[in-house]
Amino acid sequence: MAEAQTTEARTLPYVAAITEGIRQVLLEQENAFVAGEDVAGAGGVYGSFKGLLAEFGERRVIDTPISEAGIIGLGVGAAATGCRPIIDLMFMDFLGECMDEVANQMAKMRFMFGGAAQLPITVLTMAGAGLNLAAQHSQSLEAWLCHLPGLKVMMPATPYDAKGSIIAAARDSNPVFVILNKMSLGLPGEVPEDPYEVPIGVANIVRPGTNFTIVAFGRMLHEALTAAEDLKADGIDTEVIDPITLQPFDTDTVIDSVKKTHRAMIVHEAVRFAGFGAEIAAQIQELAFDYLDAPVARVGAPFSPVPFSPGLEPHYVPNAKTIAAEARRTLGL
Amino acid sequence: MTSQPNDDTLRDMHRRMVRIRHFEETAGKMMEDGKIPGALHLYVGQEAIAAGIMVHLADTDQITSTHRGHGHLIAKGGDFNRMYAELFGKATGYCKGKGGSMHICDMDLGMLGANGIVGAGPPIAVGAAFANKFKDNGAVAVTFFGDGASNEGSVHEAANMAGLFKLPIVMVCENNGYGEYTAQKNHQAIVDVADRAAGYGMPGVVVDGMDVVAVYEAAGEAIDRARSGGGPTLLECKTYRYYDHVGVRGMGLSYRTDEEVMEWKKRDPIDLFEARLSEQDIMSKDDMAAVHETVKGELDVAIQFANDSPMPDPSTLLDDVYYVA
Ligand SMILES: Cc1ncc(C[n+]2csc(CCOP(=O)(O)OP(=O)(O)O)c2C)c(N)n1
Ligand SMILES: [Mg+2]
Repeated sequence: MAEAQTTEARTLPYVAAITEGIRQVLLEQENAFVAGEDVAGAGGVYGSFKGLLAEFGERRVIDTPISEAGIIGLGVGAAATGCRPIIDLMFMDFLGECMDEVANQMAKMRFMFGGAAQLPITVLTMAGAGLNLAAQHSQSLEAWLCHLPGLKVMMPATPYDAKGSIIAAARDSNPVFVILNKMSLGLPGEVPEDPYEVPIGVANIVRPGTNFTIVAFGRMLHEALTAAEDLKADGIDTEVIDPITLQPFDTDTVIDSVKKTHRAMIVHEAVRFAGFGAEIAAQIQELAFDYLDAPVARVGAPFSPVPFSPGLEPHYVPNAKTIAAEARRTLGL
Repeated sequence: MTSQPNDDTLRDMHRRMVRIRHFEETAGKMMEDGKIPGALHLYVGQEAIAAGIMVHLADTDQITSTHRGHGHLIAKGGDFNRMYAELFGKATGYCKGKGGSMHICDMDLGMLGANGIVGAGPPIAVGAAFANKFKDNGAVAVTFFGDGASNEGSVHEAANMAGLFKLPIVMVCENNGYGEYTAQKNHQAIVDVADRAAGYGMPGVVVDGMDVVAVYEAAGEAIDRARSGGGPTLLECKTYRYYDHVGVRGMGLSYRTDEEVMEWKKRDPIDLFEARLSEQDIMSKDDMAAVHETVKGELDVAIQFANDSPMPDPSTLLDDVYYVA
């Protein structure tokens, strides 16, 4: 974890940490602006942009039409010509509306132009199931983004990391997606008042342990931490690593951990099949094969869209119980 | 060629509007009581549009809907029991609890789904209209979308193809003045979405969406044109949603004034229509009261049915991801 430049930490909910991060970027960078659907007048449908219009005015906090391709395109064009846009994509699921601007323009422009273009754009978006919002408002699509050379992808789980990721993303001169979690909006945590960065590409060992490694990100970090406590009963001393950034991925921290613990599991909320966990598992077996005492396990959602019903959704999203059960299975307990 | 609705049609439209109104009012209460999980976008205020259009359609005609989709399904003949069961997430619901409010559908009635993605309906309706033309079956597709949705690229692409291929489709913009919390003047530089019709090579018509007879007449003309090979129409209905964007009170933001809401409610589509029906001696006050009571009784039954229905079994989670022969 990056050290804050100040000791002035207060407890803030995740959503307020997001707002504070955006606010400090706007204060720091005169060419930064925020654009998205209902981010100005309404302060965002999650409240994460609250107060920004009043403080920074219509020039810098902009309500857009419901036009995701247009909004992301606007961000790409403005970034390429000297602005530092912060674009809000209300639900991660709406990536479907703007995937060309993301995949073929934003991610590739610099490369295609032989380095002639610079794209300091930050995209904020909300992922996550658990609120009965059904198949088109609950997805975790980080794997789509991590597969695109040219993008950086962060998925902060805590208020501290949310604020610091947003600031790091906005200071970076590449396109960075900051994937937030809508279930975590009220989650409290310590947040220093001054601006600070959570460095891009640096994992955080959230819970040190000796004989089992769990790599978990997004909201699943919290579930994994609960599972780790549960596993203590069986003599499992779990190290929990939050990569925070998925692209570029901090391979070293994970590999060092596995060399020590000899057993590993990856947990994410996204569909397990071809999820980002597959990449991490592959890296572990490539780089730490000789150290492994068990197959690398993966926990993720089953291969179906997110169901609506309260009778189904809780069985779909991984939780501390299912994580602990899979850990026991893989460890032969 | 504008057809006047006959008395039976007038009574039919009244019943459809009343069904929508009570269903939605009840759903709003159920949501506030915590009985309905997830997001609920109520159609109250806009009933005249669904009723005035759907009364022209057969089950073989298709519609695509929006996130605000209950009214469309009800007007197309939707079954209260299966609707409430779906809103509750029960196995007996329209989507077996997989979809909920935002994905409610009835393929047998040609209702190709509410939709969680703004602007997703029109391209799908264009596909249905294309298939109708392809099969030469005389069926018409109607797509509903909001003023906010009219700014999605998908809507323009669909409209352009509808015009180009002269498809049997009616594109209905339900302009309620807001996309979520953003007023129309802050999301587009025009007042009438119907103005865009010229750019798609189709007629654009603006109608009072609070007046079910006006909607009926304009829709009748557009649907006749579509059915007889005359191509698409962009029909814009000016309307208003009474409740918040989502739920009843929503986020409690002050993006519109109480006065504005009151102004629109003075032209409540059901009140207006009922005054007219009684003035013209088509329905007596008692007749109308009986419709309301019958509908409320049906809703009681539906809620009981939904309450008594089982939750889907977790073993069904992987069902229906693919068609399996
Ligand atoms: C592609 C997409 N973008 C944004 C949203 C979030 N959203 C849901 S409804 C809505 C407003 C839609 O406004 P309008 O089309 O006018 O329909 P109304 O709600 O007024 O009926 C928005 C922005 C969404 N569901 N899908
Ligand atoms: Mg609207």
